[in-house]
Amino acid sequence: MTIAGKGIGLAIGLLACAWGLPAEAQEMLAPPSEVVVADAPNDAGNGLRITWQLSPDDVADADPRRVLKYEVIRRWTEPAADGAEGELQERRSLTAFGETVYLDPDCSTKQDYQYAVRAIGPGNSASAEVVGSGATRPVVNWFDFGRTGFLGILLFVCGAVVVCTELARRGKPIYVRPIAGLQALEEAVGRSTEMGRPVLFVPGIVDINEIETVAGLTVLSTVARTAAEYDTQLEVPTSRTLVMTSAREIAEAAALAAGRPEAYAEDHIYYVTDEQFGYVAYVCGWMQREKPAACFYLGKFFAESLLLAETGNSIGAIQVAGTAEASQMPFFVAACDYTLIGEELFAASAYLSGEPHQLGILRGQDLGKILAAALLLIGSGLVTAQAVVGGDGLTAAVEFLKRGILG
Amino acid sequence: MKRFVPMLLAAIVGWVMVVAFFAPPLRSWQQTAEEWFQVIAAISLLYGCSNLVLHHLKKVSDQESGWGYSVVTIAAFLITSVVGMLKLGVSPAENAARHPWSGAYMEEGSVFWWIYEYAMSPLVSTMFALLAFYVASAAFRAFRAKNTEAIVLLVTAFIVLLGRTYDGTVLTSFLPDWLSGLTIPGMTMTIMSVFNTAGQRAIMIGIALGVAATSLRILLLQDRSYLGSGD
Repeated sequence: MTIAGKGIGLAIGLLACAWGLPAEAQEMLAPPSEVVVADAPNDAGNGLRITWQLSPDDVADADPRRVLKYEVIRRWTEPAADGAEGELQERRSLTAFGETVYLDPDCSTKQDYQYAVRAIGPGNSASAEVVGSGATRPVVNWFDFGRTGFLGILLFVCGAVVVCTELARRGKPIYVRPIAGLQALEEAVGRSTEMGRPVLFVPGIVDINEIETVAGLTVLSTVARTAAEYDTQLEVPTSRTLVMTSAREIAEAAALAAGRPEAYAEDHIYYVTDEQFGYVAYVCGWMQREKPAACFYLGKFFAESLLLAETGNSIGAIQVAGTAEASQMPFFVAACDYTLIGEELFAASAYLSGEPHQLGILRGQDLGKILAAALLLIGSGLVTAQAVVGGDGLTAAVEFLKRGILG
Repeated sequence: MKRFVPMLLAAIVGWVMVVAFFAPPLRSWQQTAEEWFQVIAAISLLYGCSNLVLHHLKKVSDQESGWGYSVVTIAAFLITSVVGMLKLGVSPAENAARHPWSGAYMEEGSVFWWIYEYAMSPLVSTMFALLAFYVASAAFRAFRAKNTEAIVLLVTAFIVLLGRTYDGTVLTSFLPDWLSGLTIPGMTMTIMSVFNTAGQRAIMIGIALGVAATSLRILLLQDRSYLGSGD
């Protein structure tokens, strides 16, 4: 076959293919427009935000769709090791049709980037590239403005705590309602003393980095001191080594404070196991054998809460529990004599110390509750008004409250 | 001094975490602090293991009550430690066939895996299964109609329990659609989404404030009770 013959054959083939394609595929896809590159807000300087206007061919209900996705092309020059200009690098990322934003999460503040966006259609047909304008390198944001509202609430609560503590220190009387569970501590230890049985203290099953464990250990200080004064054996099995170390320090200091250093028995504060149910099996077994007359469960608990509390109930021990795990509170309430509900556990340290400046902290917390109640009322009012009256102003106010303040 | 230094360290790390929460460039510090804690916890585990062995050995030597359990504990601890560290029954990794200890210690079929699968796992399941019986006994005690509050609790619990089953749907299926709020599933939904949620949120707000205040006391070095009182 001659070259002319081959050319004619190729032309006929191409025409035949074109004849078989749908009409819309034969047209070039319209590109997206207004590609803008900006620094990603509230990040550590590792992101750029690329926005664009949809391609005119990106129609929501089109069938078949002409635009299937958008391709974001990033180009940059990686400097060579010897400081010379390096090769041009390219990375392509895809977003779905209808999308107008792409966040590039791994950029460097030392690098310039150029972005281009194009629409991709069926059979990988593509529109022309549209090069982005605007920022070319990310900026380090030293403050996350998305958390401004949260910072405001935090400063208010912490400020209230500090101010109330200072007022209490200067002699302003502070009333704190009696907390039955904490008032019962001495009674429970006293009962153990009368019956000649040990006291059990379980500081939860998580490590010392959890604030609930810290709160539980602050109560241990009082329990250990009372046990030392009454010369009653205190048993503290722990499921974390660091908690054991801390509990030993506390018990030793409490025995010294009670004027009975000999009451401190290191052997009764020990590590059992990190394994949740292994720990529970040990503690429940010990309870069944030793029959403690008082059991304290103060810290963070999960499924083991009811196993411990019911075992204590079955041996007739007086039980005081406290946790901030909302899902475990009902179990403790059902099985224990006294339960510190949520914030009462955190108030325990201040309450038991009885020191005015510590009690001032509780008053500060109350101011925080007033703020929470005010936000609840304002929020409920705004949402109701928005539903009834409507309007852009109310919608903007609700959005600000939801995203700006509550995050 | 013995307690001041740990308190100061806790406060410094605490402040780093707080500042890093609001300052994006410092978030890596937050991660570093958390990694440091993991390292310290891992080191302290060695101390815990020695404490465990010594504690139970003392119980055995003193023949305290339940010393037989201590024998079992020590035996189990030693067996699993040796088996795990020597990787008994573990075949070498595919990419390092010449190194006999290159496989994963929990590889399926290894002795350690066998102990976990056929001893540890059933024991844990047994302990967890006990919950069913304890829930029954606790519920029996909690739902006694001894006063007005207990009666309200009992009725509410009864509606919710019934509303979670198909029986609740069948029992009130005769009610027309416009009275759907009075069906047992409808009442269950109202109880859970209105009364229960309101109560839970109140508790959660209180907890959040309690956490903030307790944390602040630690950050400002005002609370030292978690390290023992005194200086």
